Amino acid sequence: MNDSVYERILENPRFHELVAKRSRFAWLLSAAMLGLYLVFILLIAFAPQLLGVRISPDSVITWGIPLGVGLILSAFILTGIYVYRANGEFDSLNKAILDEVQP
Amino acid sequence: MILRLLASLALSAFAPLLWAGEVLTGEVQRQPMNVSAIAMFVVFVGATLCITYWASKKNNSASDYYAAGGKITGLQNGLAIAGDYMSAASFLGISALVYTSGYDGLIYSIGFLVGWPVILFLMAERLRNLGKYTFADVASYRLKQMPIRTVAASGSLVVVAFYLIAQMVGAGKLIQLLFGLDYYVAVVLVGVLMMLYVLFGGMLATTWVQIIKAVMLLSGASFMALMVMKHVNFDFAALFSEAIKVHPKGEAIMSPGGLVKDPVSAISLGLALMFGTAGLPHILMRFFTVSDAKEARKSVFYATGFIGYFYILTFIIGFGAIVLVSTNSVFKDAAGALLGGNNMAAIHLANAVGGSLFLGFISAVAFATILAVVAGLTLAGATAVSHDLYASVYKKGKTNDRDEIRVSKITTIGLGVLAVALGIMFEKQNIAFMVGLAFSIAASCNFPVLFLSMFWKNLTTRGAMVGGWLGLVTAVTLMILGPTVWVQVLGHAQAIFPYEYPALFSMAIAFAGIWFFSITDTSASAAAERARFLPQFVRSQTGLGSSGAVAH
Repeated sequence: MNDSVYERILENPRFHELVAKRSRFAWLLSAAMLGLYLVFILLIAFAPQLLGVRISPDSVITWGIPLGVGLILSAFILTGIYVYRANGEFDSLNKAILDEVQP
Repeated sequence: MILRLLASLALSAFAPLLWAGEVLTGEVQRQPMNVSAIAMFVVFVGATLCITYWASKKNNSASDYYAAGGKITGLQNGLAIAGDYMSAASFLGISALVYTSGYDGLIYSIGFLVGWPVILFLMAERLRNLGKYTFADVASYRLKQMPIRTVAASGSLVVVAFYLIAQMVGAGKLIQLLFGLDYYVAVVLVGVLMMLYVLFGGMLATTWVQIIKAVMLLSGASFMALMVMKHVNFDFAALFSEAIKVHPKGEAIMSPGGLVKDPVSAISLGLALMFGTAGLPHILMRFFTVSDAKEARKSVFYATGFIGYFYILTFIIGFGAIVLVSTNSVFKDAAGALLGGNNMAAIHLANAVGGSLFLGFISAVAFATILAVVAGLTLAGATAVSHDLYASVYKKGKTNDRDEIRVSKITTIGLGVLAVALGIMFEKQNIAFMVGLAFSIAASCNFPVLFLSMFWKNLTTRGAMVGGWLGLVTAVTLMILGPTVWVQVLGHAQAIFPYEYPALFSMAIAFAGIWFFSITDTSASAAAERARFLPQFVRSQTGLGSSGAVAH
């Protein structure tokens, strides 16, 4: 691959748009995942009794169960959101950039 | 307070491993020969050997052998990655933890899962766009080949060796327990089968063995969870209230319990697990078996889904075991303890819900799981030797596919023999710490070099080499000086390094070393390496010129 192709991409504003959008999105989702996890851990560390509260007086199910399962689901959903946008919007932008430099 | 917070943070990340490690250690009692389990296992081995034969016909080039020709789909690769993660130890260990402590089991599974989305967001597509067969391809992309590949291959081999020992010893003990086979027979059997898969089938067979096993494990676990739910008429509240009634801890199983011992060790291992996953050579290799970044992203999406689903199943299985196993005297000894230990909770539950035939199936799945994992490890080790050390360092890139694959196969035989020998040597040792050590080294050597090579422009060969070696040597040294090896293995009275897991310190040293020796590097070659970051950046973002994209 010769250097001029790389330079032409680097000069392309759409490349910078792609990088900026995708990086922002990736860091945002990473922060969301780690943030949710951190909240969960904070609860375990400082208020474990909150997770042990029943969701209703006549049910033995505690809040910890839906929260824990919810965290597992959120990991799946967040990866889904990223893949949906990256494989759609970002990849078409990417393809457009590549098509410009290699006909 | 802060310590307590950090400790529980870390604990929740590493505890599945500790518990999962339990299954690998301690006294196990050899069980009577289990005929239906052996029959089902023979069927599994027969099927996988057929696949290996099929794969051997399709393996023509190095790309076929190392990366299955880049033709694995996102779904298949997702299953294979999930398979690498859902080990026999985590299946038995986590369900055992739910069986003994209830809710805590769920906390631990979550700690293991949250690293995956982050790997997807920050690393998956860059890895796919830059690499060919090994992560050393990525790390050495703009740096000097020889020193960087040497450090990356050494890191890989050390990780593979420790991980293999843990798996081999675990395999021997588990098989003794489940099948009633002799320890040596079990270890040799695992060694021979894994060599066959890797020698003849390469990555294609290794991946399919992993996929089949993942499907078997997920179906078996789904069936168990379904039968448990059927028992309580598909009412979770009924499952939990029945469990509370019969469990000695009563309602405490529905909320978090406390387990903090040594916060620094806990944080250290927590770090090792989170970042070690992103430095395990056999996991990283899987990103090169798909055609492009699109499929690489899909793989992590599917893998996260399967792993998450699997952890929810183990939670139900653990509660099911409380309800159906702990109340049944058939599964207990005279003292009221579970036959074969708490790690057998899921196995006994299989018997309780599906009879001896299903018990045989689940035992065969557990054995298949170990085989699939060791095959992946061996392939990763052999590739580090043939692709990185032989082809790039020793031959300086002047070699051909045939020679490279030959070296890889010779290494596979060597690793297989070594694994069997180490498995026998370490039979009586406590090997629970070895998986933690493997993760610690991956996090302290492979991960910093790989991560900074993709994200930090100023990285130079000197920085990566010095920092990588510092991380590797520090991790191993601190481990030897720590309580597990220095006191328990070598028999000294007092450990020189007080903490069990070194990652907190060795990762800091690795990152600091890479940073310092990079920024102080003013040589001309360092300037050239920094200049090459921009083209590398373009390729990592767009996939321009990556091997998979070319094949299209």
